[in-house]
Amino acid sequence: MTLVSNLINGISLGSVYAIIALGYTMVYGIAKMLNFAHGDVIMIGAYTCFCAVAYVNLPPILGILLAMIVCTVLGVIIEGLAYRPLRKSSSLTVLITAIGVSYFLQNAALLIWGSAPKTFSSVVPFDSISLFDGQLIITPESIVTVLACVVIMVGLTLFTKKSKMGKAMRAVSEDKDAAELMGINVNTTISMTFAIGSALAAIAGVLLCSAYPVLIPTTGAMPGIKAFTAAVFGGIGSIPGAMIGGILLGIIEIFARSYISSDLADAIVFAVLIIVLLVKPTGLLGKKITEKV
Amino acid sequence: MSKFKSLKKSTRTNIGAFGLVIIMYLVTMPLQATGIISNSIEGQLVPICTYIVMAISLNLTVGFLGELSLGHAGFMSVGAFSGVIAAVSFQDSIQSQPLLLLVSIIIGGLLAGVAGLIIGIPVLRLRGDYLAIVTLAFGEIIKNIINCLYIGVDVNGLHFSMQGVDGLGMENGKIIVNGPQGAVGIPKMATLTAGFLLIIFTLFVALNLINSKNGRAVTAIRDNRIAAESVGIGVTKYKLTTFIVSAVLAGMAGALYAMNFSTVAAKKFDFNTSILILVFVVLGGMGNIIGSIIATTVLYMLPELLREFSDYRMLLYAIVLIVVMIATNSEKAIQLRESITNKIFKKRKTKGKEVTDNE
Amino acid sequence: MSKMVPLPSKSIVPERDVDKPPILETNHLGIDFGGLTAVDDLTLAVGRTEIAGLIGPNGAGKTTVFNLLTNVYQPTRGDIMLDGVSTAKKTTAQVNRMGIARTFQNIRLFNDMTVLDNVKVGLHNSIKENLACSITHLFGYRKNERKADKEAMEFLDFFNMADLANAQAGSLPYGAQRRLEIARALATHPGIILLDEPAAGMNPSETAELMENIRRIRDNFSIAVMLIEHDMNLVMNICEGICVLDHGKVIAKGTPDEIKSNPKVIEAYLGKKKEANPDAEN
Repeated sequence: MTLVSNLINGISLGSVYAIIALGYTMVYGIAKMLNFAHGDVIMIGAYTCFCAVAYVNLPPILGILLAMIVCTVLGVIIEGLAYRPLRKSSSLTVLITAIGVSYFLQNAALLIWGSAPKTFSSVVPFDSISLFDGQLIITPESIVTVLACVVIMVGLTLFTKKSKMGKAMRAVSEDKDAAELMGINVNTTISMTFAIGSALAAIAGVLLCSAYPVLIPTTGAMPGIKAFTAAVFGGIGSIPGAMIGGILLGIIEIFARSYISSDLADAIVFAVLIIVLLVKPTGLLGKKITEKV
Repeated sequence: MSKFKSLKKSTRTNIGAFGLVIIMYLVTMPLQATGIISNSIEGQLVPICTYIVMAISLNLTVGFLGELSLGHAGFMSVGAFSGVIAAVSFQDSIQSQPLLLLVSIIIGGLLAGVAGLIIGIPVLRLRGDYLAIVTLAFGEIIKNIINCLYIGVDVNGLHFSMQGVDGLGMENGKIIVNGPQGAVGIPKMATLTAGFLLIIFTLFVALNLINSKNGRAVTAIRDNRIAAESVGIGVTKYKLTTFIVSAVLAGMAGALYAMNFSTVAAKKFDFNTSILILVFVVLGGMGNIIGSIIATTVLYMLPELLREFSDYRMLLYAIVLIVVMIATNSEKAIQLRESITNKIFKKRKTKGKEVTDNE
Repeated sequence: MSKMVPLPSKSIVPERDVDKPPILETNHLGIDFGGLTAVDDLTLAVGRTEIAGLIGPNGAGKTTVFNLLTNVYQPTRGDIMLDGVSTAKKTTAQVNRMGIARTFQNIRLFNDMTVLDNVKVGLHNSIKENLACSITHLFGYRKNERKADKEAMEFLDFFNMADLANAQAGSLPYGAQRRLEIARALATHPGIILLDEPAAGMNPSETAELMENIRRIRDNFSIAVMLIEHDMNLVMNICEGICVLDHGKVIAKGTPDEIKSNPKVIEAYLGKKKEANPDAEN
């Protein structure tokens, strides 16, 4: 039973990683940049929801909506102010700027909310399900997280395949200049990508803190790095890749924690990532890059 | 001035870099000796030296080799802990403190070099962002493992364990590394002069390496890998050599850094530290050694200088970072700057790479 | 083609080289990309001091052949012998050390380096300088560097570029970049040099100079030259043996005169009568 329980926990944690990884992978696919501040957008989302529920007494669902709106606006502002001027610069320049944005968000949160941890109360108002005489307990957070992940995945796939904006995104990710010549507004498309990614980050933040209810200004950092790892693991730029990478990473982490060593769990997660990349240098579902001579 | 300009560019860089470091030392040394500088800044002197070494060493990988490494603090960590282990183990047999420090730094560098070899062989097969993420992963793995490591020394030699202090099975030994607490009871031997000498050594190695057959091969690989292969340059060999040299220097810096404190924990050398060093390198200018030195000094001191803004200082630091990146790299800012320079110097051409030199 | 022993096909090896083993041979060489056969059944030999041409319409697989010869691609079938030694499983760098150098269709210089340093990179494997020497600049570093400078200058002199030695390679005019690329390739002391469209984008006087240079390369260094070129005037003038490729297959081999009158070649370039072929313009 512990196996099943661990598996469920793994899938649940992995679903959070997957939702965050989607943000990384979409932005990477379209703007070809590693948005290191993404993890901190998660944290802002969680704080927003926390404030809405704890201080203003809004119902959790409104809290989530508010968090999504705040993060979406934040994502678009960050992109417009910090990344857009550097559209043609080297990826490293943009990376450092993203790190600057990450510092900014963390320290802004520190000023606004202080360094004392906030106890996040779960947004899921159901009781745990107990199966097999209490041998297997499934938390409602797990179920909601996994469901959210599946809905987002399906929605996002349909969006990129069917909608006009989604097609524009795919076009921009293939070839920015060609897309522009075809009349696609590249800047709007990239803003839109950041908006979607950040809204997803808000959801991920709320779900993460519902499952692990301690909220501090650096809450988003480690899940951010892991989700980024998950995105690379699945093949960065690929939406199903982010999904698979996230869930696998979650499962590996939980299994490593319970069967091998809780202290070495992170090391094991990263070791698996390295092995995968050595066997498949562009991730599980990544495209093979060929260089033209 | 014109005589200076007629020198080869590499010679100019050498004179500039060594000169800068020597002047910085000559200014700081008497200030420290007479006790004019505040305690808080005095405590930063050795760390600044080690971070300068780190920045130069990372610049070899990022600026010179052209591969983004996000785990450079990992090598610093390996150097720090192996250096401390060496220092504590040899404490009784080597009486002279400078010699003990030297031995520890060398051992720290060598072990970091071994780590560089082990990591470099798989990592350097990858490209671009994938390489970056794997270096990040290795950095985190190193941190995680050292965090679980217990090391002690007694008459029988070194003892290792991952199950806590009891697992060491020592009789009356000394604990050197105590799991998450990190290295404890470190002999605080680091001095400003040692830091200065390490920077000089690092400059010597880095600048010589860049201006050599080895350096030409690496530059060629970075400029155009396919062409470099076509003229018989084995890509892996030269990438690996540079990566290892960079790791050795980072390890030496780590060892010196650790000797500045009585305890050092593995989490000091985490992802954020790697990023911090990367920020120094990028802001100083990729491949620009002098830039690395200046950027490290300024940025390391910046939070100190912003101290009067107390709570807002890190926020300001972040804003400064973003603004500097945009101001030095965005197209509009570059155009603006060029039009201003053109007006002042009338048609004197500025080559893209040397812009940071002149700043 | 039916020969089992890889003898050079005599028709494209010039008289003076016939008695010596060829510098380069390929036997039934072929490569597939996915399901697509890019080059198939390529068997040829290049004499030790021959100037050979590889021609064919666009997309015939000429550059792919160069990439096969330099092991940028590993062949699906067949093998390559360089001076009698198989190059199978070797890296591009190793193949260069075995004696094959090349230039690229889209020039690949080390743009940030000086002209002199570009040639010195070419000399890389003949400079005896180990890591200790590189790091300390001792143990004969200066002597080696001076020797390398001198030799690199000789190569630049050969192409009348000595005055450009300290210019940045990326800032050179187009023609000079092409010459520098050849100088860099020659600096690796090859037995054969492959030139990929050396005359592309050149005016007639530059092309004439290039033809002269190609002959001088062969005469001075006693090496073979193999070139891909669309300028038929150049090919017919300087090549002693020509191999015509179409759709990845050899359709003709022979001397310039034989090629000129070969109906298959005319058909490949101009298409069958009354049938328009867009490739003909090229």
